[in-house]
Amino acid sequence: MIRSEVIQSIAPVIRDHLVVCNIGLPSQELFMHDDQPSNFYMLGTMGLASSIGLGLALSQKAKVVAIDGDGSILTNLGTLPTIANNPADNFVLLIIDNGSYGSTGDQPTYAGRKTSLAKVAEACGCENVFECPAEETAKVLEQALGSDRMTIIVSKCKSGNVPVDVIELDPVVIAHRFREEVARRNS
Amino acid sequence: MTKTSPDVSVRIVESLAANHVEFITTVPCKQLAGVIDLVDKDDRFRHVPSNKEDEGMGLCAGAWLGGKRPAIIMQNTAIGVTINALATLIQYYHIPLPMLISYRGEVGEKVACQVEMALHTKALLQELAIPTYHFHQQQDTDELNGILNHCFMAKKPVAVLMDAGFWSAAR
Repeated sequence: MIRSEVIQSIAPVIRDHLVVCNIGLPSQELFMHDDQPSNFYMLGTMGLASSIGLGLALSQKAKVVAIDGDGSILTNLGTLPTIANNPADNFVLLIIDNGSYGSTGDQPTYAGRKTSLAKVAEACGCENVFECPAEETAKVLEQALGSDRMTIIVSKCKSGNVPVDVIELDPVVIAHRFREEVARRNS
Repeated sequence: MTKTSPDVSVRIVESLAANHVEFITTVPCKQLAGVIDLVDKDDRFRHVPSNKEDEGMGLCAGAWLGGKRPAIIMQNTAIGVTINALATLIQYYHIPLPMLISYRGEVGEKVACQVEMALHTKALLQELAIPTYHFHQQQDTDELNGILNHCFMAKKPVAVLMDAGFWSAAR
């Protein structure tokens, strides 16, 4: 499975939750497969999906899934100690780890070589860290969302992309409809 | 640099609370130590220290999406590492973000290297079209309520630079 297929496979699991999705192809693929007002698409700012997701989870009650990538986690590695030390039991961080910078031409990341992001997360103090093959991602994610415990999932998939269009939504529209959805779910 | 006097730190924290700021992230600076200490002990705020200021801006963006008013407390050296986050996240999505910034490298500074980023601080903020307010005297704190109100009205990042004179005047 490549990332696009992982995102397609988890769409039914995350549809009813708040989702913060990583910049570039992941957001474009989620938008293509299953656009929802409860999806926050990052149009820029590589590396901050997990930080936005944590800030969101700590600020309201609904469950939050942040879809991040191995390259983006490596860009903002300081996020893992912050997550570990400020636990939010309504937060699941899903790292789709294809061992490459998919949106920029599949250059290899260190996560595809010697570095284990699951072990890094554990060393940072994160509890409930699960590494799984891509095919099991939807099942593991569903269990995590049902557990009411903050969870980090590292889904190991193959590198590769499919053609996908850019997102034409304006950023203020994405933020506005998302905040209305947050308010509705917390009312 | 002296530790912040309790009085001016209390007034800063009370302004944040009066403007319904509930989520605060911080990266430490010696000048801001007193403010950060008060924020951490105050149940009116969720305080989440961050490891780098762009990470902190991600946390603040998430808090705003979650319906809470955020603020970031940091040093002016952080302007160098947050330009992308400011332009492509905070400004692009119209997220209000008060930035309370210790303005290191101004007159009274003891660490020469701090002067180097002080030289660029206002120019970078101006280039980003970020409303910028420079606190030099203790009484400038009187303006903070209005500045915070302006920030959330305009849904923009706003910078408050507090220099060595401000902190030593508060001594």
